Amino acid sequence: MLAYVLRRLAHGVVVVLGVLLFLFVLFFAVVDPDDIARRALGEKALPEVLEQWKANHGYDKPLWPWQDVRDNMLFEHFRSMLTFDFGRSDADDVRISDRLRQGFGPSLALTVPMFVMGVILGIVFSLFVAFFRDTYIDTMGVFLCVLAMSVSILLYIIGAQYLIAKLLRWFPISGFDPEPSVVARFLWLPVLVGIAQGLGSEVRFYRTVFVEESHRDYVRTARAKGAGELRIMARHVLQNAMIPILTRVVLAIPFLFTGSLLLESFFGIPGLGSLTVDAINGNDFSTLRTMVYIGSLLFILGQIATDVSYSLVDPRVRLE
Amino acid sequence: METWVLSNVVVVLLIAGALALAAFVRRNRLWSSAFAELWRRRPVAVAVVVLYVAVALLDSVSWVGGFEAGEDAVAAHEAQSVIDRLFEGTRERSYSAPLADAEFYGGAALRHPGSHVFGTDILGRDVLYLTLKGARVALLIGGITSLIAIPLALLFGVSAGYFGGRIDDVVFFLMSTLASMPGLLLLIALILAFGKSTLSVCFALGVTSWVGFCRISRGETLKLRELDYVQAARALGVSEVRILFRHILPNLAHLVIITFVLMFSGLVLSEAILSWLGIGVDGSWGQMIDRARDELSRDPVIWWNLGAAGLALFGLLLAVNFVGDALRDVLDPRTVREEL
Repeated sequence: MLAYVLRRLAHGVVVVLGVLLFLFVLFFAVVDPDDIARRALGEKALPEVLEQWKANHGYDKPLWPWQDVRDNMLFEHFRSMLTFDFGRSDADDVRISDRLRQGFGPSLALTVPMFVMGVILGIVFSLFVAFFRDTYIDTMGVFLCVLAMSVSILLYIIGAQYLIAKLLRWFPISGFDPEPSVVARFLWLPVLVGIAQGLGSEVRFYRTVFVEESHRDYVRTARAKGAGELRIMARHVLQNAMIPILTRVVLAIPFLFTGSLLLESFFGIPGLGSLTVDAINGNDFSTLRTMVYIGSLLFILGQIATDVSYSLVDPRVRLE
Repeated sequence: METWVLSNVVVVLLIAGALALAAFVRRNRLWSSAFAELWRRRPVAVAVVVLYVAVALLDSVSWVGGFEAGEDAVAAHEAQSVIDRLFEGTRERSYSAPLADAEFYGGAALRHPGSHVFGTDILGRDVLYLTLKGARVALLIGGITSLIAIPLALLFGVSAGYFGGRIDDVVFFLMSTLASMPGLLLLIALILAFGKSTLSVCFALGVTSWVGFCRISRGETLKLRELDYVQAARALGVSEVRILFRHILPNLAHLVIITFVLMFSGLVLSEAILSWLGIGVDGSWGQMIDRARDELSRDPVIWWNLGAAGLALFGLLLAVNFVGDALRDVLDPRTVREEL
């Protein structure tokens, strides 16, 4: 078990280094540092101002180790990322780590309730649909799922803001207040939109898993013993379907921290998602690459956690 | 070569390719029965997809001359597509509601009262016209991206699965590196790095979407490699290249088709999000939706831009999703077995 986890961690480290190299090529070699400076300062910036800006932001060194072994941007990039010393934003010189610290609270406030309710609703609905498999209820359920999956998230957001917030005035259109007593008022609508938007694919995925499971021999045996259909669904099918469910759920957890780009930005929640959107609109490359790096770091950790959690729910799985 | 000539050539090639493919499918019992089954299951969805493709093709065939643009003198000297010509001279001065007789603000009489099914936009352009033009953009995004992603995935997936060893290690490393980066962020990073053009959007979408199919084709090749007829071919001394093209790739063809259709809706949805971020493709439904967002805060509300673009997007994706699901059921023996 320990050996397995260690090997997975070693593989994870290799992938992290790969991600860092990819980001370096993309953001330092493909995009010219001169170009980054010009985008930050404007087209008409004086050459000496550009140089000064590049020096301040660490863009003035040679790119590759073979140009200068001790002082180059490749090593500097790896060092700063691996030590979580992200430096300052290209757009407004604020420390990126401060931004991240402020951002992930609001992001989690949005994504955690959305995720928990989404998973529960997804499993409940799909159990319901799978219970009535091969009937009209099942067909209708799958049809509704495909219907829901064919609508762009932009339309969900715009529709919800217009109908529920503007016409019905149940919730504010957008905004955020960290005060615990009022924060829920602002979060209801984005959480609902997030759930509605994801529910279609969620239900369809879980339904496939459940239907597949319910054709297995042990289900027939349970039925032959006289177990009721409800009991079969809840005890036998659900428990044996835990592996694919866990894979999906645990892999999604890391992304709770990075927030939701669209929901946060549309609903004015000052989390990591809107931070990223601001970075995109402001050509803030240092923030953007930090976000990609953190996202992939969390994803890799999530993958290892998934594999370990298999052995917790399924005694047949041995990690070697 | 001018863009419109190129576009015409591509249309001719596409139609020729489709005819050749149809001739092949007719002769091949396996494929023809699969497509007959698809048509039997989802006639409406298939028809809708064909309709969208037809509109996109009509918008891709263009020529110069014979176009009366009225006050727009420049347009008369540029190549205009069949769709452009169908809506020749329908331009109004500003907003008008669907099928209205007068302008939305001020109530001045329209030049073509009652002829705009989806109304007109702020510049007086017919919204139905803009919506129809979006079909070409959507199919272009899906088509070019698939042309980048699927060959890439096949190349890496098949060689990793077939040759194994070092190649497999490298491909696996590439896949896990790309897969570990958050998809949307990677997409945006690529577009920002390579500039904002249709091609770079498609390139970025291609880079972010080939990994899934690469994994599938690698797994499938691993399985195929061990089958008796491949072993027999190897024992008979058939070259590796011939084995790959004769015995491995044809057995991946159904997966290519399924992936292409299932990938399509995801690509168009991603483009809509990119449009909202201001890095989408010009003329797409995503851009129309993005622009129409502010119109909802006008009083009285302008809803037809959003409605038309949203409906067109929804209709295409719904049809494509249904066709994709049916294709998977028909072509993939694994799912077929599950159903029995």
